[in-house]
Amino acid sequence: MYPENLRYSKEHEWVRLEDDTATIGITDHAQEELGDIVYVDLPKAGTTVEQGKALGTVESVKAVSEIFSPVTGEVLEINPALADAPEKLNEDPHGEAWLLKVRLKGAPPLDQLMTAAEYESFIGEEKK
Amino acid sequence: MTSRVRPHLSYNEPLLFERSSPGKVAYQLPELDVPPVDPKEALGPSNVREAIDDFPEVSEVEVIRHYTRLSAWNYAIDFGMYPLGSCTMKYNPRVNELVARLEGLAWAHPYQPESLAQGAMEVMARLEAALAEITGMDAVTLQPAAGAQGELTALLMMRALLERRGNPRKKILIPDSAHGTNPASAATAGYAVENIKSNEAGMLDVAALEQHVNEDVAALMLTNPNTLGIFEEQIERVAEILHAKGALLYMDGANMNALMGIARPGDFGVDALHLNLHKTFSTPHGGGGPGAGPVAVKRELEPFLPVPRLKRTGKKWAYDYRRKDSIGRVRAFYGNFGVLVRALAYILAHGGPGLRNVTLDAVLNANYIRRKLEPHFDLPYPSPAMHEVVFSDARQAVHDVHTGEIAKRLIDYGFHPYTVSFPLIVRGAMMIEPTETETKHELDRFIQAMIDIAGEAEQDSEIVRNAPHATRTSRVDEVAAARKPVLRWKPA
Repeated sequence: MYPENLRYSKEHEWVRLEDDTATIGITDHAQEELGDIVYVDLPKAGTTVEQGKALGTVESVKAVSEIFSPVTGEVLEINPALADAPEKLNEDPHGEAWLLKVRLKGAPPLDQLMTAAEYESFIGEEKK
Repeated sequence: MTSRVRPHLSYNEPLLFERSSPGKVAYQLPELDVPPVDPKEALGPSNVREAIDDFPEVSEVEVIRHYTRLSAWNYAIDFGMYPLGSCTMKYNPRVNELVARLEGLAWAHPYQPESLAQGAMEVMARLEAALAEITGMDAVTLQPAAGAQGELTALLMMRALLERRGNPRKKILIPDSAHGTNPASAATAGYAVENIKSNEAGMLDVAALEQHVNEDVAALMLTNPNTLGIFEEQIERVAEILHAKGALLYMDGANMNALMGIARPGDFGVDALHLNLHKTFSTPHGGGGPGAGPVAVKRELEPFLPVPRLKRTGKKWAYDYRRKDSIGRVRAFYGNFGVLVRALAYILAHGGPGLRNVTLDAVLNANYIRRKLEPHFDLPYPSPAMHEVVFSDARQAVHDVHTGEIAKRLIDYGFHPYTVSFPLIVRGAMMIEPTETETKHELDRFIQAMIDIAGEAEQDSEIVRNAPHATRTSRVDEVAAARKPVLRWKPA
């Protein structure tokens, strides 16, 4: 369910690290909890995102929720497909529906990000 | 099918657009008795439209009938029970309306000179005094137009007081069971928000509070009883912890209808609170207004209250604008006066013992429902309930029936749904507040409906999952409506 090549935050974002670039998305658990997603608000390319701070919002039929950045860096691009097709976040949250790519500033905070196995047991605990 | 559906009144109703035909009008204007002005010349041609596409042309009686029919589609407390938790949909006694329509009050104008507004001023002064007595506080402002504005007003006063003491501080603490307006008001007042988890009893975790409170904390915003309908038993200890560090205790008074006549926030350490007159004091729940969210404060915050303040000089009331520490106005004139009149009428019609009975009946009704429904629905927090009770859908969820679906099925039984999915700390929350005004007969009907639905969830879950069945329209596609909204009517 949760790909091994991604790292996961307690706020239910995932991040894929390649050299100094991080791709960020929300987890399958997050989309499941949110329900049908109808709108995503993301920062513009060139702006800075900060680890632990809100970088945008995702809106579902149930609620508007903040997306917390799992890393610090500069936004390189946002996923252009989501503006017209936010439902992709429900269909393929770990793949096609990535949110944004960030150029990392400093080393990624690996100690604060979970592996797939750790994340699975984390959401298991949360459900209890 | 259930046999308990109440009949509703009307048929489907076409749009006004669909009733339009060219040349029909709903007005008749007199001949112009001044020289005509060419709007193109006066406003510039680009600002003048020759025609508005598809603008409906209808007669007066068509408009009246259209909206009157639509108004009958609304579910209202005057049709039946409205168990919406947290919203306190109590019946508003008609005597309130009678009093608000008295000529001298209904037609009072805010620009009337003070000498001709003494009665209206007396109404406000008496309401301030009554609310101060009920809450055990020292002074009250009636200006804020809603609970959330009351929160902001109080936070601005608290900030002013802390500034006076030398440091406005940075943070407001808010429990995870709070109303969403609390963090929003704190942020608007320029504070950072820190969340505090509730404990297993569904109350504020006092040990966690002690860890959070320091010289950066301006105040705690606490709803009491909280949104689980549970009284915060440690409230005096909570106030002590805050006051020891120079922080203040704000109470969200949304649930004051569980305390009125029994316990006074001023006596258990609260420094400021707001009241929602449309909940506890039975003024109309407007579709966004007009409302009233008076704020009651302790003596120390009194200098900061919004201007003008009512002042008694000799036998006359006057407005006092010269208060140098006031945070200023928060609302035009004196708040929503018509709402204030209704609240005072409600208070005086009941008197002290009557208001106490209101509270006792509200708590009794909620606990009656709790006891009767406990065998059928999961009760996540067993602490004593006050004026409302929060169940969860855990026992129905195993049949893939959830809180939203049970709520929609209630519509088939002739009831307005309870509050769905709030408070957020309960998964699948079902929040029920019957209020004091329902009879035992009506409560029994509601309880039976809930028990029947619990049975359906086990034996015939499809019927719950696809409810409502008895309404004009069943479920609408909320997802499609949000993803691909149609914002304008167009001819077919």
